[in-house]
Amino acid sequence: MENKAKQDAAMLAKLDEAADNQRKKHKSYKCQILICNSTSCRSSEGKEVIEALGECVKSHELTEIVEIIPTGCMGLCAKGPLVRVELAGKNPVIYKHVNPMLARLILAQHVMMALKHKGDFQLPDFLKEHTLPIDMPFFAKQTKIALDNVGIINPDSIEDYLSRGGYESFRKVLTMTPSEVIDEIKKSGLRGRGGGGFPTGLKWDFANKSEGDEKFIICNGDEGDPGAYMDSGLLEGDPHAVLEGMMIGAYAQKATTGWFYIRAEYPLAVERLTKAIKHARKYRLLGKDILGSGFDFNCEVRLGAGAFVCGEETALIASIEGKRGTPRPRPPYPTESGLWGKPSSINNVETFANIPKIIRMGADKYYAIGSDKSKGTKVFALTGRVENGGLVEVPMGMSIKEIVSDIGGGVADGKQLKAVQTGGPSGGVIPTYLHDLPVCYDKLKEVGSIMGSGGMIVMDNDDSMVEIAKFYLGFTVEESCGKCSPCRIGGTQMLRILERISEGKGKKEDIDKLKRLSFAMQKASLCGLGQTSPNPVLSTLKFFEEEYMEKMTEEANDEEVK
Amino acid sequence: MIKAIIDNLEVEVEKGITILNAARKVNIEIPTLCHHPDLPSTASCGVCVVKVAGRPNMIRACCTPLEEGMNVTTFDPEIIAVRRTVIELILSDHPDECLTCIRSGRCELQDLADEFGIREAAFDNLVAHLPCDDSTKTIVINPDKCISCGRCIEVCQGTQNVWALSFLNRGLPTRIAPAGDIDLADSPCIRCGQCSAHCPTGAITEYDETEKVWNLLMDKDKHCIVQIAPAVRVAIGEDFGYEPGTNLTGKTYTALKRLGFDTVFDTNYGADVTIMEEGSEFVDRFTNDGVLPLITSCCPSWTDFMEKFHSDMIPNFSSCKSPHAIVGALTKTYYAEKMGIDPSKIVMVSIMPCTSKKYEIIRSKEMYSSGFQDVDVTLTTRELSRMIKQAGIKFRHLEDTEADSPLGEYTGAATIFGATGGVMEAALRSAAFLITGNELENPEFKEIQSLEGIKEMEVDVAGNIVRIAVAHGTKNVEDVLNKVRTAKENGEPLPYHFIEVMACPGGCVAGGGQPRALAGNMPRPRGITDDIRRKRSEGLRSEDRDTEIRQSHNNPSVKKLYEEFLSHPLSEKSHKLLHTKYTPRQTYKR
Amino acid sequence: MLGQEKKSGCCYDSQNLEKTPSKKKVFSKTELAIKKWKKKRGSLIMALHEIQDLKGFLPWEDAVEVAEGMNVPLARVYEVLTFYNYFKLEAPGDIIISVCYGTACYLKGGKDVLDEFSEKLGIADGESTEDKMFHLQTVRCVGCCGLAPVVVINGKTYGKVRPSDVRGMIEEWQEKHAAKNSVDGASDGE
Ligand SMILES: Cc1cc2nc3c(=O)[nH]c(=O)nc-3n(C[C@H](O)[C@H](O)[C@H](O)COP(=O)(O)O)c2cc1C
Ligand code: SF4
Ligand code: SF4
Ligand code: SF4
Ligand code: SF4
Ligand code: SF4
Ligand code: SF4
Ligand code: SF4
Ligand code: FES
Ligand code: FES
Ligand code: FES
Repeated sequence: MENKAKQDAAMLAKLDEAADNQRKKHKSYKCQILICNSTSCRSSEGKEVIEALGECVKSHELTEIVEIIPTGCMGLCAKGPLVRVELAGKNPVIYKHVNPMLARLILAQHVMMALKHKGDFQLPDFLKEHTLPIDMPFFAKQTKIALDNVGIINPDSIEDYLSRGGYESFRKVLTMTPSEVIDEIKKSGLRGRGGGGFPTGLKWDFANKSEGDEKFIICNGDEGDPGAYMDSGLLEGDPHAVLEGMMIGAYAQKATTGWFYIRAEYPLAVERLTKAIKHARKYRLLGKDILGSGFDFNCEVRLGAGAFVCGEETALIASIEGKRGTPRPRPPYPTESGLWGKPSSINNVETFANIPKIIRMGADKYYAIGSDKSKGTKVFALTGRVENGGLVEVPMGMSIKEIVSDIGGGVADGKQLKAVQTGGPSGGVIPTYLHDLPVCYDKLKEVGSIMGSGGMIVMDNDDSMVEIAKFYLGFTVEESCGKCSPCRIGGTQMLRILERISEGKGKKEDIDKLKRLSFAMQKASLCGLGQTSPNPVLSTLKFFEEEYMEKMTEEANDEEVK
Repeated sequence: MIKAIIDNLEVEVEKGITILNAARKVNIEIPTLCHHPDLPSTASCGVCVVKVAGRPNMIRACCTPLEEGMNVTTFDPEIIAVRRTVIELILSDHPDECLTCIRSGRCELQDLADEFGIREAAFDNLVAHLPCDDSTKTIVINPDKCISCGRCIEVCQGTQNVWALSFLNRGLPTRIAPAGDIDLADSPCIRCGQCSAHCPTGAITEYDETEKVWNLLMDKDKHCIVQIAPAVRVAIGEDFGYEPGTNLTGKTYTALKRLGFDTVFDTNYGADVTIMEEGSEFVDRFTNDGVLPLITSCCPSWTDFMEKFHSDMIPNFSSCKSPHAIVGALTKTYYAEKMGIDPSKIVMVSIMPCTSKKYEIIRSKEMYSSGFQDVDVTLTTRELSRMIKQAGIKFRHLEDTEADSPLGEYTGAATIFGATGGVMEAALRSAAFLITGNELENPEFKEIQSLEGIKEMEVDVAGNIVRIAVAHGTKNVEDVLNKVRTAKENGEPLPYHFIEVMACPGGCVAGGGQPRALAGNMPRPRGITDDIRRKRSEGLRSEDRDTEIRQSHNNPSVKKLYEEFLSHPLSEKSHKLLHTKYTPRQTYKR
Repeated sequence: MLGQEKKSGCCYDSQNLEKTPSKKKVFSKTELAIKKWKKKRGSLIMALHEIQDLKGFLPWEDAVEVAEGMNVPLARVYEVLTFYNYFKLEAPGDIIISVCYGTACYLKGGKDVLDEFSEKLGIADGESTEDKMFHLQTVRCVGCCGLAPVVVINGKTYGKVRPSDVRGMIEEWQEKHAAKNSVDGASDGE
């Protein structure tokens, strides 16, 4: 007995020690160079930049003085690869579009010079051109909770995570009862970030109450919305946060195994997550009798295989089970009967990433952020015709205008903003005149769009709304699982009509048909995919009907000429 | 019990029952298409949607349990409009071929199109025009007419555990086909036709051979002989407006004669012979420490299944042929000899409830025991109905006639062959006699008459305990076999001595070739339901009860057969003509 | 992408194993993948991934082996293979060109890039060239939306691609392909 207590204490001490050592280690460097090592930047020479810097530091014998930290996404992907130079006692400097050549110059002309000249160092102009103002609204206006470590720590290092207070929330939770944890999450007002916005605490409550010899907790990392990459950003930038969130959830629901279901198109996320799990095992954060608490938990990673619909809970479960990823009717809900018929609860990657922060900051403080019914922050993938495209995290309730114009820096290439699309293939467009709308679950719904998982696509005046609608519908038609007739056939028929209209062969009655089909699909489709797939069409029709009509008249004119 | 409201009517039903079934209790019929009461809901068609107060979307009635206090609306203009659009959509991915479709008039999709008054094609037609698969020569798959309801998959993978059919692709190109899109004949398909029995449309149908039979009938050179299986007589009437289960043996004989058959025999005669052979086989094995349990073999889908997946059980199989194969072999030998007809001129046609019997007649060289193909053509009940209609025969007005002698006489034991438990019951009646020399006091075994998937009982035969099992639906059969295997492995006493197996749930009364006329008071589904299984089985059992002779060994014509021709059961001659062999067949993993 | 990135690593391991001259049973790549996954739950798709990563596609023989080895009906294996976009039943070209067709990339001209590839190579989305050198496919967002439009060729990502870049990209890979083949040819001769 005594022996066990000793062992347990040693395990905890090991964690504290690792955190301390890592903090000390970071402090021991005079300079830190953070380089985005996430998919987007890596693929535009980011990998080479990291190598170049490493070599440079070595050849100048600076390994004791300059620390190179490959990080997750720093946010402003459109201007990547990004490099952030932090010198003790100085404001950090962020470089954009860095290539290996520029990287070497940064080291030689900025870092080494600054180290040499201390106080009176001035950045040479040819480097200044490549920097981003540190106080630019893109950085200043964000509130980072889910992303708070992303772009700051090395995602491959559990010690880095520990040094930033990682796994402290989990350790705290181990001293609480499951229902206390659930109450805390309920109090925070957190709603699922996967699109549905279901209150997370409530879901955990259901899961906690269902009985089973085995219970599962699943992390939904399928991220199917084409053009959104919040979850990949999180998994690549701070996998431990997601893991810790799941572990807290597992404890609260008495789950025995956790499953990460990750999109196959995200190899880097899979690699980092797998590594994180391995490291967590090493520190006895996973396994049997975790940290002496008596709580057993382990997790597995499973890949998708290119099916958007597998983001839907029951389809995801079928997919893990090794079946076609088709949704099934609910009830029974997964929390009663999920993976292999066992109680299973499913949360999105970002939902999990918020959990450790909520435990750390306290539910009340989290609740204070955000709008009336939408609490906390939301990560968006801001893309399309926007100047500062990238990953951003803002408090719920911020207006679209602030996000697009301030953070996003407005439309690129001096064009005019036309609309913003949220919610991906399940969402809708929001025209400019509505851009004072606060971004939260309910308001977006009111105007015919949805919050979705966080895709935010900016469109300018040259973008045709008919084409946009056609694009999204083309996507859902391709991704329909084909199980239920309203979606399987209805989607295709709507697409046919849109194609006709887009080719200028549409008839006025086609609009009625679109509406009739939309209604049937919304009401009679089995799952969310079919139920929401008419949304892009309906919302473009609602706000930009004239664009549809213009196409019709063309045809009418043709007829007359003939 | 829970209380709820459906269309302003209060209902009180047991917990867990679906909205659809609860509505039926108060005589509200919600249209369905993919739902089949035999099967778990696939929830695919979207036709059964209803509104539930407080829910934004419409709900599928077929798979949603009614909950306490629910307020359900099953129809209003919006619901009907949505249902109509859904049906129009399904039709837009379907060929306009009712006129030439084998299901026309008996098609669940056509019924709905009619009920909803669909008068024009609202959308582009999306049909892919794919080739049919008739490789098995028993059932035909027409992918164009498939509405992806998933019933056949549920049957083939779930109920039958064969896994011949599966879904390929996704989205609009989704279709049903065997693994890797190979021909059905190359798949593990056991040709039970349960997929076709459950298909709501003309996408899976019997392989039609009526034309072949018409030509044979018109061939002056041929002596055409026909036989009908037990299960046909209680089902064929449904195609002519009778209630399921009405026994129409006499009218069917007459119709066959009117069609031009020279001689009408009855498979029931063969069933009595089967019992003599199989019963003797059992008694022999039971009393002489032979291989047990003995497993019945008169269902060709089952033998096929066994050869593919359970060939270790070959020694346990009764080597006895199925009744219609016996009648075929005897017709072209015993009868031909007796009547002085050249057997090469004889054409033997079997009318069967079964698609698989089309395959059985060519399945091995033992099926040519007479020196010719013992049975030349097998027609399903449905094909016979069509021929009767084509010939303009007014079935309802036909007189009853008798079958021809000697292969037309039968006992009550033979009739019940068509229902699950029947073969076993018949066998027990004779086995008891063969062992003890005494007739059973009560010839009925109620325990094995139900529709329960696996039925077990112990029978005391002159102080010997005989443990029997009756299984139907091949999934259930496997459970029974596994029990036997486990016992063998553990060196435990055998759980059973004798096992009856039928591939089709319910037995041949619910075979893949049976009618799908509207029956009972429910407009859907067409074809088999448990209600129909029960009624048809009862039709057979009541004939048994009303028959004077209820034991196969007491069939005078059968006795005569042994006296004149075979000498005794399991004789050399009967082995040559009435028994068969089994060989393991390779197939892929299912 | 995943397939391509992993290819070198996994291939290497199993090839080494095959080449080891030992008396032990030599397992094929497929057998190895099955061995690795069959004891784990929920691993059919993982095993299929691994085999495709090694082979580039999943032919009938492998599907049959998976069915046997993983104790799953072959029909189920094919249900899965044909449901998920990721799996290929036929050998694709050596060089896999994935044009991103996610929203961000579409908006920024992904379609023009796709059309350009299609025209230059004479194949449509989802097809391979006759000489099996190139395979053209679309993917829905590879998580580099900031670089839209994006093309991934055998694991290498190209950002902000313009249709005019397409020709150069094709040539780059043709050269690499030729170089690789000559090396392979040389080693074949040993
Ligand atoms: C067609 C469809 C696709 C979905 N895709 C995703 C996805 O990619 N990621 C995700 O987290 N949730 C997705 N969802 C929502 C999930 O079904 C589920 O609501 C969510 O994972 C629950 O987690 P949360 O409560 O944390 O949001 C999708 C839903 C539908 C209907
Ligand atoms: S709505 Fe579409 S994706 Fe969902 S179950 Fe139906 S067919 Fe499949
Ligand atoms: S399957 Fe039904 S709807 Fe289709 S053509 Fe045949 S009868 Fe008509
Ligand atoms: S039902 Fe109509 S379409 Fe069919 S044959 Fe009669 S008239 Fe012609
Ligand atoms: S006949 Fe039987 S085994 Fe063959 S496909 Fe149909 S249900 Fe499956
Ligand atoms: S073949 Fe028939 S039962 Fe099978 S899915 Fe198609 S329509 Fe349904
Ligand atoms: S029960 Fe089946 S096998 Fe037996 S006689 Fe009837 S149809 Fe033939
Ligand atoms: S149970 Fe009867 S109808 Fe069904 S396959 Fe067997 S013999 Fe044929
Ligand atoms: S990926 Fe580098 S900044 Fe986003
Ligand atoms: S969805 Fe209920 S009957 Fe088809
Ligand atoms: S849409 Fe192309 S990378 Fe995201």
